[in-house]
Order: sequence, then structure tokens, then C-alpha cells
Amino acid sequence: MTTNPHSADPVVELRGVDAGYGDRLILSGIDFSVRRGQLVAVMGGSGSGKTTLLRLVSGQLRARKGSVRVFGESLEKISEKELYALRRRMGMLFQFGALFTDLSVFDNVAFPLREHTDLPESMIRDLVLLKLNAVGLRGAATLMPSELSGGMARRVALARSVALDPELIMYDEPFAGLDPISLGVIGQAIRKLNDALGAASILVTHDVVESLSIVDYVYLVSQGKIIAQGTPDEIRNSPDPFVHQFIYAEADGPVPFHYPAPPLEESLLLEAEVAP
Amino acid sequence: MIQLLRTLGHLTVDGVWQVGFATRFLFAMLRHSGPSFARFSLTIRELYFSGVLSLVIIVVSGAFVGMVLGLQGYDTLQRFGSESALGSIVALSLLRELGPVVAALLFASRAGSAVTAEIGLMKATEQLTAMDMMAVNPIARVVAPRFWGGVLSMPLLAAIFSTVGVIGGWFIGVVVIGVDNGTFWSQMANSVDFREDVVNGVVKSFVFGWAVSLIAVFQGYDCTPTAEGVSRAITKTVVYSSLMVLALDFILTSFMYIGK
Repeated sequence: MTTNPHSADPVVELRGVDAGYGDRLILSGIDFSVRRGQLVAVMGGSGSGKTTLLRLVSGQLRARKGSVRVFGESLEKISEKELYALRRRMGMLFQFGALFTDLSVFDNVAFPLREHTDLPESMIRDLVLLKLNAVGLRGAATLMPSELSGGMARRVALARSVALDPELIMYDEPFAGLDPISLGVIGQAIRKLNDALGAASILVTHDVVESLSIVDYVYLVSQGKIIAQGTPDEIRNSPDPFVHQFIYAEADGPVPFHYPAPPLEESLLLEAEVAP
Repeated sequence: MIQLLRTLGHLTVDGVWQVGFATRFLFAMLRHSGPSFARFSLTIRELYFSGVLSLVIIVVSGAFVGMVLGLQGYDTLQRFGSESALGSIVALSLLRELGPVVAALLFASRAGSAVTAEIGLMKATEQLTAMDMMAVNPIARVVAPRFWGGVLSMPLLAAIFSTVGVIGGWFIGVVVIGVDNGTFWSQMANSVDFREDVVNGVVKSFVFGWAVSLIAVFQGYDCTPTAEGVSRAITKTVVYSSLMVLALDFILTSFMYIGK
């Protein structure tokens, strides 16, 4: 197993991080880093803690233990103002887009520009149309979010999250619920945006095939721990039984198909006795 | 028995916790209220949604309440041969009590529930988190303008309610039943005191506006982000606001008119 090659200043760096909600510990002992220009996938089953990792990096959740550094700044005791300053350099794509339902496609993409810049309306218009053009939806500028398909909404949200040319882009399950064509379109857009902006990107997903074809580096998360990492080729050829099961989507393996339960015969028999 | 005590204790602790959280929420909102006034167009939009769109229900209800007051007032007064006092009865009932209270109850179910639903759904669909991630504070951008929109529209709606109500009472009393027009208005003008009746009514509706708007935005912001959670939050908004309005009305009335 290799470690992610670090440059002098990684954009995101987590060292020995524990995190959770309430009494539940979701992540433990996480070492994770992303450097400029890199597109990194975080993969794992549902409920493995992938999204929690994004919440840590974006400062929505504070670490219980260990250090989280973004753009070289520690998020440990950061004030709201400083956090907002960092977030202006980040973009985040949410699972279902999270478009503002009361604003048109155009106004959604214009939102961060209007909130954070004093650009004249004519320049905002040009910037928004360029961003929409990059995701192929310039023609949909006047539509409302309710008129968009799932894939289109995701692309609009993508345009909105990169409106301010962020240096760090986070994607939370960008492929969930998309048809194969939309999935390929979004995948290519993610790769292109990362390279065009020279940004660092974190892609949280459980879509193996599409992600392995576009990313530079992979972290595999299971039950709150990073259990494997490497380049897509290293992951594909990993001898680790769990990695193999996950990558090749096998039903049974180290991750059992059955939720822990007494033997089937016992359960059936019990029910037969209870029934009148 | 132990179970009962435990449940009771749990409910109390939960209640105190909620009140504390709502108070902190109120202060956070006041602290982030700058944009609601610096960019007043944000608040204007909410004034439209909470205020203007509530006009139909306010005007129709105001007219009917006024007309019922006309009928009931006349029926009672004529037993004592003092139907000339109809104008005073209608105006005082509306300005002091019915205008602020009924308008606030209607406002809670029409505008308060809509605000809760909107904020709750924005939360459930991650729009609030998305805004936060864009370094735009959702309390400043979404919550505070809706709060101030409600606070500002409430006294205006109550005033419109009372005005339409007086017209409704006049219609029944003077036009339909035939009370003398001049007596109706002069009695009203003589008995209504600007400070005592009009200002106190406005103060009431202003306080109700704060209460209803705070409950509405808080329930929306605090709801469990699921379909079920949002619907529960809407119910809570209507129930809590109505109870709060009636309780506050009693408290305010006892301070305003005590010993008079």
C-alpha cells in the first residue's frame, strides 16, 4: 500500500482525526490529504463515514481529535468569519444539487457572484452564461429548478459551485440516481473542471467504475477507517479481500450479505409458534 | 409511576432546552439582521409573501367579524334601548381585541405556516447548508428577512382587519338595520381614545407579530429535515403561535387596562 504523495503544501490535510455526532463515533484515526491539481475519490459503502469526511473538511463539523488543515489553516479554533473566508475558496456539489427552488437556473448560478462580488450585472450575466455553457445548459438559463431533470439539476449545481472559481471542490455523491449518459457527462465535467481551474477535488462516491476512470487517487473507507488507498490501478489489483469485494461488487465476502441475525430456521420456527 | 415521573421530567427538560435554544436563536437572528435592512429588497419580498398575500383572508374575515359584531351588538344594545352606542361597541371591540388577536391567529395559520414550510423544506433539501457552504449565512439571508417581514406586516394587517371590520359593522348597523348614520360615527368618535385604544391595539399586534414570526422561523429552522419533520413543524407553528397570541393578549390586556 502506498501513501498519497504530498507536495510542500497540501490543500487538505487530516492527521489522526476522530469525528462523530453525539455519542456515535463515525470516523477514527483518519489520515487524508489532497494536493493541488489532484482529483481524489473517497469510496465506501453507505454509512461508512464518507460524507462525514466532507463535513470535516468544509468545517461543518469539528474534529474530536487530530488536526484538520485546509489551505494551510487549522479548522480547530477558527472563527465563523475566518471559516467563511476559507469557504469562499471552496465549492461544494450536494447529492441532489440543493438548488434554490425559488430562483431560476440563471439566478442560482449568479447567487454566489451577487453575494460576494460587486461586479456589474452585465459582467455577472456573461460569467453565468459561460459557466452554464461549460455544463451545456446555457439554453436552460430561464428555467426554474422544478423544470429540470435530475441530471440537469446536478449540472446547474455544478456550475453554481464553481461560479467563484474555487481552489477546492467537493462532490457529495454526484452520481447518485443518474442515468448512464448523465453519469458520464458529470464525470467528465468533474475531471475537466478540476484541470481547468487547477483546483483540488474530493469526490465522495460509491460508483466504482466511473470514479476509477477519472480520479488520480482513491481512499477506501469502511466503518469509519481508511482501509485502503492508492492509484486506481493499485486499487483494481489489490489483493485485499474487502477491496476486491467492493471494487468488483460481490454480494458476499468480508462484508456479509446478511445483517446479523439468528439462523433462518430458528426465526421461521419461532414465528410459526407465535401465529395462532 | 416512575415511568410517569421520568416522562414528565423528560418533557420539562426538553421544554426548557427548546426555550433556551429559541432564545439563542433570537439573539443570533437579531445579530444577523443587518442585511434585512441594508438590503431592504430582501425584506420587501417577504412583506409581499407574508403581508400582501394574507390580505384576502384578512379582509374577508374582517368584514364578517365586523358584520357579526353589528348584528350581535345591535341585538344586545336594543334590549337596553341604547342601539345608538353600536358604533362604540364595534370600534372598541375591534381596535382593542378582535383586530389584533384574530388577525394574528389568521396570520399564524396563513403566513406563519408558509414561512415554516419554506424554511423547513429548504433545510430538508440542503439549500440552507448549500448557502452556508457558499459563505452566505442562512440566518442573515433567509431567516431574518422572513422574521422582519412578518413583524412589519402584522400591525398593518391588524389595522386593515379593524378598518374593514368597522365598515362591516357600519354596513349591518346603518345600511341594513337602520341605525342613524350620524349617531353611529359620532358615538364612535367620542368613545375611541387614540392613545388608549388605537395605540394599545397597535402595540398588541406588534408584540403578536414578534411572537408569531419568531415561532414560525424557529420551527422551520429547527425542524427534523424530513417530510414528516416539516409537517410536524408546521403544526407546531400554528398551535404554539395561537396559544402564545391568546396568552400574550391576556397579559398585555391586564397591563394596559388594569384598574381602568
